[in-house]
Amino acid sequence: MASATLRHALWILRGNRLTAVATSGVFVLVAIAILGPSIAPYDPIASSVSEALLPPSLLHLAGTDQLGRDTFSRLLVAARLDLVIAVAAVGISFVLGAIIGAFCGYAGGRLDRSVGRFVDVMMAFPLFVLAMAMVAALGNRVENIVIATAIINLPFYTRFARAEVNVRRNLGWVEAARASGESHSSVVLRFLLPNVLPAMAVQMSLNLGWAILNAAGLSFIGLGVRPPTPEWGIMVAEGARFISTGKWWLVAFPGLALMLAVLCFNLLGDGLRDILDPRMRT
Amino acid sequence: MTEPLLRIEDLHVTFSTRSGPVEAVRGVTLSVAPGEMLGLVGESGSGKSVTGFATTRLLDPAGRVSSGRILYRGQDITKIPDGDFRALHGAAMSMIFQNPRAALNPIRSVGLQIADAILSHKRMSKQAAADEALKLLRAVQIRDPEKRMSAYPHELSGGMCQRVMIAVAISCNPMLLIADEPTTGLDVTTQKVVMDLLAGIAAARGMATILITHDLGLAAQYCARVVVMEKGRLVEEAPPARLFHHPQHAYTKRLVAASPTASSRIEDLVTDEERGQYLAVLAACKPQPEPPAGTPPLLDVRNLAKRYDQGAPAVSNFSMTMKAGESVGLVGESGSGKTTTSRMICRLIDASEGEILFDGESIAHLPAREFHRSPHRKDIQIVFQDPNESLNPRFTAFDCIAHPLLRLSRMRPGDALRQRVEECAARVGLPIDLLSRFPHQLSGGQKARVGIARAIACRPRLLVLDEPTAALDVSVQAVVLQLLDRLRREDCLALLFVSHDLNVVRMMCDRTIVLRSGEIVEAGESRALFDNPQTEYTRELVEAVPQVDRCGFSVQS
Repeated sequence: MASATLRHALWILRGNRLTAVATSGVFVLVAIAILGPSIAPYDPIASSVSEALLPPSLLHLAGTDQLGRDTFSRLLVAARLDLVIAVAAVGISFVLGAIIGAFCGYAGGRLDRSVGRFVDVMMAFPLFVLAMAMVAALGNRVENIVIATAIINLPFYTRFARAEVNVRRNLGWVEAARASGESHSSVVLRFLLPNVLPAMAVQMSLNLGWAILNAAGLSFIGLGVRPPTPEWGIMVAEGARFISTGKWWLVAFPGLALMLAVLCFNLLGDGLRDILDPRMRT
Repeated sequence: MTEPLLRIEDLHVTFSTRSGPVEAVRGVTLSVAPGEMLGLVGESGSGKSVTGFATTRLLDPAGRVSSGRILYRGQDITKIPDGDFRALHGAAMSMIFQNPRAALNPIRSVGLQIADAILSHKRMSKQAAADEALKLLRAVQIRDPEKRMSAYPHELSGGMCQRVMIAVAISCNPMLLIADEPTTGLDVTTQKVVMDLLAGIAAARGMATILITHDLGLAAQYCARVVVMEKGRLVEEAPPARLFHHPQHAYTKRLVAASPTASSRIEDLVTDEERGQYLAVLAACKPQPEPPAGTPPLLDVRNLAKRYDQGAPAVSNFSMTMKAGESVGLVGESGSGKTTTSRMICRLIDASEGEILFDGESIAHLPAREFHRSPHRKDIQIVFQDPNESLNPRFTAFDCIAHPLLRLSRMRPGDALRQRVEECAARVGLPIDLLSRFPHQLSGGQKARVGIARAIACRPRLLVLDEPTAALDVSVQAVVLQLLDRLRREDCLALLFVSHDLNVVRMMCDRTIVLRSGEIVEAGESRALFDNPQTEYTRELVEAVPQVDRCGFSVQS
């Protein structure tokens, strides 16, 4: 079974060059996140004033910042933090949102209506401002960035799961599962959710990119991750001061890292749907 | 013989698919005389619709006429450019489709839609077109046509929508109408009204019609000539009487045999050679011993009712009993409450009031959401209507059949489970090697078998069948019906057969209950009930069923 899935995944990737590139990009990103600190050529925090603001060279691939820290090393080390924030936030909102949404879509009625209105109210807020407010209120810590990002993502997953489950709840196989002795809740969790997963996986991978941007955005305005911890958002924020004096590399490289990460996750989305859907397996 | 209005000569239609070109129509030759109604009959995949679409140039972009000619009044219309063809559409030929609601624009009133069709071919003022549309609505016998002009499709019933479609189709006085399954999905009584109307209009206007259908009975009743197609080929062409009484081609023989009529018996549904086998199977079944006196009936339903928040009750005062091994039919039109009743008896939904006794034991007190824990859960199983929707897309056939065994019979994954699943598959005639397939890799008939295998896996004693063959071709239906009948005899399985197909119910069921608006209209022995209906409603239902024996009954102009 596992090998069949793998073979199928490879088959999809062979047919779709772009997905293959995105997938390898994501693998590289994950590898950097895991290995980051050990492959970084310099200590990302150690400052050396004599080497401040050097342009990119063979010694410092992405130049150095105002404290003489190696930008390339900082980029590598930051990958882990950014990825962890994004994955944790999206994971939490996916699990909670899918379960809440699936139950609402299956049960309908009053539960569905009240959760639906609550979600509508949430979506009426500017989400980034909501996240800012939450981090400010909960305290300026990495966990709170994760929580805030998860909460502002929640409405999308809830709605998505609700809609997907709602169209399926009266199908024969759902009733058949009940006739085969499943309770309502296991029908939702073990039958309906796996069936809406492929569609939600697409949403998730699009969301990962967005969550990375969101975390970076929060750090950029000084919430969440604090210096000197390397993080792409902070690096852009700190580098922005030096743009006017032509020190472009301080902003360009973290920005590029962000862009590539977001792009890879977005491109991965469509490929994932094909891989996860058994109907594509012919 | 007059010159044919339409002549199709050696038509080939090819579709390009991922796995290479596929020939959907391979050499069809037929002709339609002016004013004639021709029946084009075949099962799914026979190419009957594709032939219709090729004629009206409505083929899917992947398909094209690869060779052959289609002559309309002697002119080859496969060669003419699209612009010229558009002039033919509507004025020369038009088409009506299976699902009238989907074919109408949901946000435009029906009057305007008919007027649009007129204006696209004739130059006239909007007011004149609206007047014309009103006349057409009268012609298709819509009640209150002035009011209906401003109605939207969702406000009309399926039969009404189909009448509007007919009005659109005849708006420019076409010489040829192609009706692709015009009444599939409509109730029998509505079907009769729509078909009578169509035949009447065609006769009055001298319009030729090609009736594309899977229903031999329908074609026989309305068409003077019937053409049978199989796998893209035309296999037989004859007047219906000859087709039914002396079919020539092996496929036609099989098709005619498989189409249930008022008098057919379950063993008649196959050709002569196969009938012997089936009779042998039946003979081998031991008659079930009569239960000792005083045994409660297997199922005893008393005064069952279901009310939803608003409106009339979906079901009220429904009572019935069933003995072990008995088959009972539950018939009625859409909205009659037969599906609600079947779900209540299956304990998938709760009844608002009433009592359900199974084996003399009340099972209605346990709410439906708790019923999965009941020891009777495995005794009452259900087979669903559409086999395409009744299997979990993420389960293989094996998983589907094994699921109730794991849950209800508390079996563990292993050899015993595999053996039992294979046993069930064998009983329903499903090849073992198909068990590892996902539903989308199985045909409709195979999916239906998986659905039945799943339902019988835990050896239930009552099987509720919710239109089990409605989505199947007649030849597959024949096999499935025989299979169910055999299971009933061999396992003393009681069958509650929910269906709108009266011929099938008459053949399969000892007794029949007729439902209308949630109430029992009539109940009794099937044969007596159908031969001599006691109520007006049942009589209407029975008479609306197209019967092969009544060939050429309604259109002789």
